[in-house]
Amino acid sequence: MTTIELSGVSRWYGNVVAVNDITMTIGPGVTGLLGPNGAGKTTILHMVAGFLAPSRGTVTVAGQPSWRNPGLFRQVALVPERDSVYAFLTGLDFVTATARLHGLPDPVGAADRAITMVEMTQVQDRKISTYSKGMRQRIKVAAALVHDPEVVLLDEPFNGMDPRQRLQMMDLLHAQGEHGRVIVFSSHILEEVERLSGIIQVIVGGRLAASGDFRAIRRLMTGRPHVFLVRSSNDRALGSALMNSPAITAVEVTPEGLQVRAADYGSFTKQIAGLTRDRGIRLTEVLPADESLESVFNYLLAS
Amino acid sequence: MPGLLNGVIVRVTLRATMSRKRALLFALPAILLIGISALLKATAHGQAWPPVFLGQFGFSVIVPLTALLVGGSVLGAEVEDGSIVHLLATPVHRLTVVVSKYVVAVALTVVFAAVPEYLAGAIAKGPSDRLTIGLFVGALAGAVMYNALFLMLTAVLSPGRALAFGLLYVLLWEGLLANLVVGVGLLSIGHYALAIAKSIAHNSALQPHQTVATGIGMGAAVTVIALAIAVNGLSAFSIKGDIA
Repeated sequence: MTTIELSGVSRWYGNVVAVNDITMTIGPGVTGLLGPNGAGKTTILHMVAGFLAPSRGTVTVAGQPSWRNPGLFRQVALVPERDSVYAFLTGLDFVTATARLHGLPDPVGAADRAITMVEMTQVQDRKISTYSKGMRQRIKVAAALVHDPEVVLLDEPFNGMDPRQRLQMMDLLHAQGEHGRVIVFSSHILEEVERLSGIIQVIVGGRLAASGDFRAIRRLMTGRPHVFLVRSSNDRALGSALMNSPAITAVEVTPEGLQVRAADYGSFTKQIAGLTRDRGIRLTEVLPADESLESVFNYLLAS
Repeated sequence: MPGLLNGVIVRVTLRATMSRKRALLFALPAILLIGISALLKATAHGQAWPPVFLGQFGFSVIVPLTALLVGGSVLGAEVEDGSIVHLLATPVHRLTVVVSKYVVAVALTVVFAAVPEYLAGAIAKGPSDRLTIGLFVGALAGAVMYNALFLMLTAVLSPGRALAFGLLYVLLWEGLLANLVVGVGLLSIGHYALAIAKSIAHNSALQPHQTVATGIGMGAAVTVIALAIAVNGLSAFSIKGDIA
């Protein structure tokens, strides 16, 4: 069974720590690296692909170190985020050239299969310079899959794809994972990870904040305390009513309105409507104050 | 031992390097060389200028400048736009990558610098004159040596730094110091090429700072060492730029 192993891995650039002491094992199936922009996801993928040396620790794929080991690309593929493909080639030329570089016995047949897999057959003879961003992403995936790799690393693979392309790509990656391949993709979008992968590794500030089954982590995320900014016709009366509710842990009157800390999301949103109606208070605004992905990640990191 | 040449890399490198704008840039030093030669032929009295202009100036400015532009581009263009990742994310041995790109660089430098040296020599002295042949062979040798050096710079530095460093080297070291200071001339690719040219041309106005044997020996050593460093640099290629 092919696995990716990171053991005590750190990577820094001068004084900036991009990845901080990460240890994890990634096995067959689809694994999502979830984290805000700048969290260190790309750095991790580049280290796994052997395009970056860890400053400390070891990164191995199938038991072999990935740094300075181009032979590993017989089993590994990387789909980089950067939209940089040989734009002067046609899609077919690009994928066939990649197949030849891998030394495949039937490069044309392999390219044909890979292009069919990403549904690009109709536009394969067009130059890549004429492709949309989504099409470029897909031709990059075709080139990555052309040699049937055991490990596929994809950096933000859904960027620039329309919803249909996104679903098609998710199905493709899911099928690859089902076949026992190690599929690792990075994303800063929760829904993408939720739809595609059962296992996630949450990366925040270069550290591994949470790891494991997506549903458990999702529960942790939605069960966390939430902060709302509430504006109404009578903030003080609403504040005192809210304090009597067990779902509320703190209320603060601020010039912008009431800052309400709720123990859990569901109870608060159900109760506030009834509370205001019963007291004749007009509710003008309820804003989640900490719904950014970063705050969710920070919460995970602290818990 | 891996195969040293890879046809796919040669073809892709040629196409990536030879955009129309770049071809014009590569041709600029050659146009300058041939243009000035024609002008000198039409106006200059005597025969003193061809070895000085086409030898000293040609080998220490025109050939290295062309090699810098070409040798920097065969790898630098792909490093700059990131497409090199698609080539390096394959099991192709890095020695093969370097040699394939190097061959393209040398071939293009021959077209854009050695052939123009021959044409300029032909304008000055006629197509089968010993000096014309000597200048052509010297420029060929220059293309071989200079490209190894500039490919090495691109493999170990960022493309921008490699270009700046290469430019300083060409103008200061080869263009100025090597022609003024005898000691520096011993470590000058331009003078190695000049020694090779002189051994064919038998022209005393070509004044290399070492013998042809030293030129060939030192030139071969510089080429091999530079290519070895380039292979090592490319083996440690890191994707830079974003901490994400």
